Amino acid sequence: MKKIVNDPERVVQDMIQGLVTAHPGSVKQLPDTTVITRKDAPVSGKVGLVSGGGSGHEPAHAGYVGKGMLDAAVAGEVFTSPTPDQVLEAIKAVDSGAGVLLIIKNYTGDVMNFEMAAEMAEAEGIQVEKVVVNDDVAVEDSSFTSGRRGIAGTVFVHKIAGAMAEKGGSLQEVKAVAEKVIRNVRSMGVATSPCTVPAAGKPSFELADDEMEVGIGIHGEPGIERKKVATADEIAGELTDKIFTDLDFANSDVAVMINGLGATPEMELYIVNGKVQAILADQGMNVYKTFVGEFMTSLEMAGCSVTLLKLDNQLKELLDAPSTAPAFYS
Amino acid sequence: MEIFQVEHARKWMKATNERIQEKKQELTELDQAIGDGDHGINMARGFREVMTKLDGETYQHVADVMKDVAMTLMSKVGGAAGPLYGTAFLKLSMAFKGQDVDYPLFTKGMEDAVAGVKQRGKSEVGEKTLVDVWSAVLEKLQENDHFDGSLMLDTAKAAMENTKETMATKGRAAYLKERSIGHLDPGSVSSFYLFESLAGVIREGV
Repeated sequence: MKKIVNDPERVVQDMIQGLVTAHPGSVKQLPDTTVITRKDAPVSGKVGLVSGGGSGHEPAHAGYVGKGMLDAAVAGEVFTSPTPDQVLEAIKAVDSGAGVLLIIKNYTGDVMNFEMAAEMAEAEGIQVEKVVVNDDVAVEDSSFTSGRRGIAGTVFVHKIAGAMAEKGGSLQEVKAVAEKVIRNVRSMGVATSPCTVPAAGKPSFELADDEMEVGIGIHGEPGIERKKVATADEIAGELTDKIFTDLDFANSDVAVMINGLGATPEMELYIVNGKVQAILADQGMNVYKTFVGEFMTSLEMAGCSVTLLKLDNQLKELLDAPSTAPAFYS
Repeated sequence: MEIFQVEHARKWMKATNERIQEKKQELTELDQAIGDGDHGINMARGFREVMTKLDGETYQHVADVMKDVAMTLMSKVGGAAGPLYGTAFLKLSMAFKGQDVDYPLFTKGMEDAVAGVKQRGKSEVGEKTLVDVWSAVLEKLQENDHFDGSLMLDTAKAAMENTKETMATKGRAAYLKERSIGHLDPGSVSSFYLFESLAGVIREGV
């Protein structure tokens, strides 16, 4: 393993220290926690938004803390959900009395830890609601299993729910718009090389030089199919096909996110975007806004994901609203 | 063994910690195959913290030991394992509260623990999770009327090995569907080490 770290067991603490000193005007760390909040939290009268998850997905989630997006992000160990006590500290720090919405990616551990924190917060008299993001169409949605995973589409939930909270929406209104985004957002990814969790020291899986893993998760967990590496156009086609099979985007206005998984040159992301835009135009969809870059990574994994969000007027307005979050300045 | 005492609880945790530290790499590799590759790292961190906590405290009741184990695992492990193991030990602590832990009470604690884990993970037996091992151990406790280390060891081992041929429908491995078959469930393997350690304490008797 070759990584620029000091101690594999301390990467999260070291990262947080660097992050808050990079953005001293907008964020702060809650003492003795791995929680990053808005510097002005709690914001009087505003619904608080808390998200988080394992580390290793930077800029998620701390990069989305700021005016117009999240009030707090809780960082777990690498690829490991944060613990309930940490999430509880975040909830307490951002609650101004208007209640707190938890935005959770659909993984067993995240859901359990955030639910336990919600129960503890409710016991302390804080109003808490939660939404669970499950945008990854690679995984079958079934009531008999854990269901689909939450990946890059989560960033749209942060942005739009954050804008709703900022303009004074109630806890129920913020939750409702977050759920609307979740109903209308779909993603799928592909990897061309694996990643190494610092404390593990070895890659999570192996891919031959001419192989790619389709439907990859953002923790190096295996995807749905391993095959010969394809061209950017073929990959764009396969990912969008799978998304269209899951949700009909015909004649819709859409937001597009081409997300790099950590080690993919922007050049390649733009090449994929070119084809995605052509496909969308071909199918009669109107692209309202496009985001190309790294939004939800998987350490140094190479590959990308494509996310599509179907927009109505309300979602467009909230997507366009200003944000001061370091990783989503708009 | 007639009464499960504070000293036994300490030995149980000490032996478990030693096994988990020793098998950290194995647990992580099992998790890399069908999960997200952090199970060994997280369990090793959690049980190391458990030992630090227990070594610095004196206890009157087994329930108090179980409570410290629960709170430490819940705040130090993370992932899915933290809430699940934390819930299990919290339920043991609540069942044992203020009492001497004889065989019927130990069994009652295990009933509550298994119910708590199932509820927290929204999981049942046969879904390739640690519930498979915990439920199997509980079932034998219920059928029997005295502590039997060998029976516990064999039961936990068989249940753990059985997860290899099971298809996962809960937890991270569920995304793999059929591809999860042929791999042991990492949470069941760490649970096996926990009960293997407990079986050792029971056999020693003290």
